Amino acid sequence: MSYLIEQTINGITLGGLYALVALGYTLVYGILLLINFAHSEMFMLGGYIGLLALKVLSDPGLADDLGFGFLEPVQAFFNSGTIGFILMLVVTFLVSGALVGVVGMITERFAYRPLRNAPRLAPLISAIGISIFLQNAVLLWVSSKQLPYSRADGSSFVPVKTAFTLFGVQVSTMQVLIIVTSITLLLALDTFIARTRVGRAMRATAQDRDAAGLMGVDVNRVIMLAFFIGPALGAVAGIFNGMYYGSIKYNMGFIPGVKSFTAAVIGGIGNLRGAMLGGFLLGIIESLASGFISHAYRDVIAFIVLIVVLIVRPGGLLGESVTEKV
Amino acid sequence: MTTPQPVLSVEGIHSFYGRIEALKGISLHVDEGEIVTLIGANGAGKSTTINTISGLVTPKMGSVKLFGETISGLRVNIVASKGVVQVPEGRRIFSRMTVLENLEMGAYLRKDKAEFAGDIKRVFELFPRLAERRSQKGGTLSGGEQQMLAMGRALMAKPRLLMLDEPSMGLAPVVVDLIFETIERLNSEGMTILLIEQNAAKALTVANRGYVLEVGKVVLEGSGRELLTNERVRKAYLGEE
Repeated sequence: MSYLIEQTINGITLGGLYALVALGYTLVYGILLLINFAHSEMFMLGGYIGLLALKVLSDPGLADDLGFGFLEPVQAFFNSGTIGFILMLVVTFLVSGALVGVVGMITERFAYRPLRNAPRLAPLISAIGISIFLQNAVLLWVSSKQLPYSRADGSSFVPVKTAFTLFGVQVSTMQVLIIVTSITLLLALDTFIARTRVGRAMRATAQDRDAAGLMGVDVNRVIMLAFFIGPALGAVAGIFNGMYYGSIKYNMGFIPGVKSFTAAVIGGIGNLRGAMLGGFLLGIIESLASGFISHAYRDVIAFIVLIVVLIVRPGGLLGESVTEKV
Repeated sequence: MTTPQPVLSVEGIHSFYGRIEALKGISLHVDEGEIVTLIGANGAGKSTTINTISGLVTPKMGSVKLFGETISGLRVNIVASKGVVQVPEGRRIFSRMTVLENLEMGAYLRKDKAEFAGDIKRVFELFPRLAERRSQKGGTLSGGEQQMLAMGRALMAKPRLLMLDEPSMGLAPVVVDLIFETIERLNSEGMTILLIEQNAAKALTVANRGYVLEVGKVVLEGSGRELLTNERVRKAYLGEE
């Protein structure tokens, strides 16, 4: 019983990360019908920028060297316990999310927009190019090695490892943070898309780009926004990923990227709630499969789930049926 | 005395789809309070003309002016913000949004929140069917209801020039009558309208003036009545011997 709970909690944690990344795929696909293969690199960049931010925020020596000496008064607070750590994490998310979001908008402006009216294969190749470029940029300019996700003294950023014990299962602070943050962000995005004027413009653009333009929607800005939100959420997932698994590497985006894309397809690509559902479902199934069947076969099982879903519901679990009345 | 400025004047526009020249120098104008119709066969360039006015297509040559201000070359959302509103061919409503959300999209650029409720009421009064279905998804409506929604959505934008592209296409005769009654009613309240129609007889009956398009050129123009009695029009577009 406790093992089942443990694996389920692992699965929800993993699923939260998948869902955050899957949203980026589905937002862009919904509007442009483009599979943004560079999205996994946004996750990776988030990991790197987040690590730098965490180090600067936690290490007075490094902050001083980089000209952030003015941070000293808050650093003591950031390093003083759980509340300080959480605040430091929030600052890290805001900074990294914004920076990676801007990278996302730059890729849209220069790699995809010039190809907006080209055959669909062209932006796809462009996306793969961006992915290779970003991986190699990090490899050359940062490091080709695995970097530990830790403070200057080698200890983990999380001050308290175990949050609480449930039915004899220790639940880690990281798991609680990941689950709470991802669900909060997903609900916030869902509300934004469903209820606000800008969210409505995004949905309209996804359904009929020209008609949205005729209503006065600045379609380019909506697309830019999608390329900001997706990468920003991906960056948060990348930071969590680094903290949860303890290290990052320039090619860390590939596998989670493929999995998250799978999650988006399982949920129905183009559908936001589908991406969320698909993310959690995939995470939980993968964890349970790894715990009860075989760790080595977890990816096989995850992709079997994808195949079964696509056979039964080709549009994904929450995907809209393709036929629309003319 | 200066002559009143036309709402819309299109001067010698040439538009291309790829290498195909769809418009070969079209000129026309629409005056305040008029209904002007464009008739012509498929491929004559009627929709391209409207799409060029809306900014979906950028002309290679020529200009489009709204109240004397050049709007050709502006992006589609900017043209919309100046009050040029199109009801596109095939309705193009947002099928996964409710009727109410579609109407809200029509009012996307408007700042006057206070008048919003009143305008919704007015659309529901013009098309009571939409009121009954306000919470239904656009995609679940019948073709006629979708056309009403597309027109209602356009009206929510408070257009200075309303352009309708084939509003009667594929609809039952009763609905066609309702659509044309609505067009006349809006016009009698002062709305300036540019109407594209396959149904030339009906269009020329309601229109003040009309232009006949053939392969990207204006070949005839005149008042609605003149064109209705023109022999060439009767043979080619009204199906008479």
